Amino acid sequence: MSALAADTRHAPAILAGRGGVFGAMSDWVWRHPTMFLVLMLTPPVLWLGIIYIGSLFALLLQSFFAIDEFSGLINRDFTLKTYGELFLPQNVDIVVRTVLMAALVTVASAIVAFPIAYYAARYAKGKWKAAFYLGVMLPLWSSYLVKVYAWKLILAKEGILNWIFAKLHLTFVLDAWLALPIVGGNSLSVSYTGTFLVFLYVWMPFMILPMQAALERVPGNLIEASADLGAAPRQTFRNVILPLAMPGVIAGSIFTFSLTMGDYIIPQIIGTSRLFIGQAVYAHQGTAGNIPLAAAFTVVPIVVMGFYLWFAKRQGAFDAL
Amino acid sequence: MPSDRTQRAPIGLKIAAAAGLLFLHLPILIIFVYAFTTEEKSYVWPPPGFTTQWFAVTWNRPDVWEALTLSVQVAAISTVIALILGTLCAAAISGTSFFGRETISLLVILPIALPGIITGIALRSAFSLAEIPFSFWTIVLGHATFCVVVVYNNAVARFRRTSGSMIEASMDLGADAFQTFRHVILPNIGTALVAGGMLAFALSFDEVIVTTFTAGQQQTLPIWMLEELVRPRQRPVTNVVAMVVVIVTFLPILAAYYLTRDGDQIAGSGK
Repeated sequence: MSALAADTRHAPAILAGRGGVFGAMSDWVWRHPTMFLVLMLTPPVLWLGIIYIGSLFALLLQSFFAIDEFSGLINRDFTLKTYGELFLPQNVDIVVRTVLMAALVTVASAIVAFPIAYYAARYAKGKWKAAFYLGVMLPLWSSYLVKVYAWKLILAKEGILNWIFAKLHLTFVLDAWLALPIVGGNSLSVSYTGTFLVFLYVWMPFMILPMQAALERVPGNLIEASADLGAAPRQTFRNVILPLAMPGVIAGSIFTFSLTMGDYIIPQIIGTSRLFIGQAVYAHQGTAGNIPLAAAFTVVPIVVMGFYLWFAKRQGAFDAL
Repeated sequence: MPSDRTQRAPIGLKIAAAAGLLFLHLPILIIFVYAFTTEEKSYVWPPPGFTTQWFAVTWNRPDVWEALTLSVQVAAISTVIALILGTLCAAAISGTSFFGRETISLLVILPIALPGIITGIALRSAFSLAEIPFSFWTIVLGHATFCVVVVYNNAVARFRRTSGSMIEASMDLGADAFQTFRHVILPNIGTALVAGGMLAFALSFDEVIVTTFTAGQQQTLPIWMLEELVRPRQRPVTNVVAMVVVIVTFLPILAAYYLTRDGDQIAGSGK
């Protein structure tokens, strides 16, 4: 009795404190929730903070160094010279080309993804809904390189796409398209059209799920009300569904835009010899050994994405993620 | 009351949705056909004949096995690290509100939100500044960093549904923290963790963009694939490996889906 009394003097709760090492630890944790929180957060924050944020800072730091033109060595003095190089015409070309491609891929993804997302959100039920979900998830998660490889097979001169055009006696259409400036080329696998198709294929699935989530939140009675008030389906779509689904579209576009902008493997395997930002980064840090310029190049997508995310946040896209 | 929900979809929408899904799936199916082709030198379609000999050839290729082993080892260790860090972070974030909470969730998501090439070159430049030589562990370091987010996403969704009062009840009834974790928390979040772990494994197994910057001379399976894509050596072997990779990544995705389909459809809703 007296032992219990002694215990309760320290802990005015109903139960006595727990015995043993585990018990003592548990009590300590229970009484110091903030300390426990700090303990739990320390490993992940240290890991991400040191390895990831630390690396990003190392990268940023390097972008303020410059390469010595004569010796080819990196001069570790603070300078903005490397950023100046970004504004050389050939480098501006690379940036414009990449951002333009990312924008085109994003718009095309939205167009292709919309019917899938809309059908899955409004009409698919039960088993079909699960089938749609898996039908999007499996291509989204299947191997990136295998997907690129599949397109190498499809776009090859002797591949399936040329075969289909030949069977349909439409080869002249393909030839006419390839004869066009900019989008054309010697064959599909070395043209911007090919690069665009593969980008669209690989990154489009990332658009569908956020879009579907936003569409599911569009109340059905609003659409009925719009129809009752005499709107044609086209008007309902433009004035009711699209504005309400927009945050989801923007959320999805963050992925397609960011992923296209940072890719260096697809344009290397399928496309022209003209560089995209990712390839420029890879080339400068690799064979050229010009890490400062590579680092400065990576700042471009970071800044573009920064503006994009700021805009997306203002449009309420983060609630749709 | 007739409602749009009970109406049938317009035929145009059906066709567009079906075409979109076909666009997503046909290229992967083509890989399966090419794995059996008799053609060695080109990607000719239709395949002139079918054979299973390339499976045996691939089976006897030591370079494929080495790359596969390395990939599995890297993915396994990265998954374990991601499971620990992701769960800790999710447990801390959910059910509490504190200053900097948003910053921490941003910190977790950032490695996947920024283009992979940035993560890759950032790690590479940090390794070179710190003079760390490339090794097995530099690959793991990169992979674990971006795998944390998938575990975190799955765990956070489940923690949100797990009532905090159950944990309080368990502690009130005299269980210590370890017992509470073992008998109350773990059964609740277990399947979400398994799902997150499988997705993390699939993500790491397939990663190539960051890996090219952190691997040095070692070849993971995706790096082996990339070499074959840039400079094809034996095309049929690549076809077979591509098919195997598709199957190997499908299984954990399907499993993760079935583990989390009740209630929280979070498993892998973003990569």
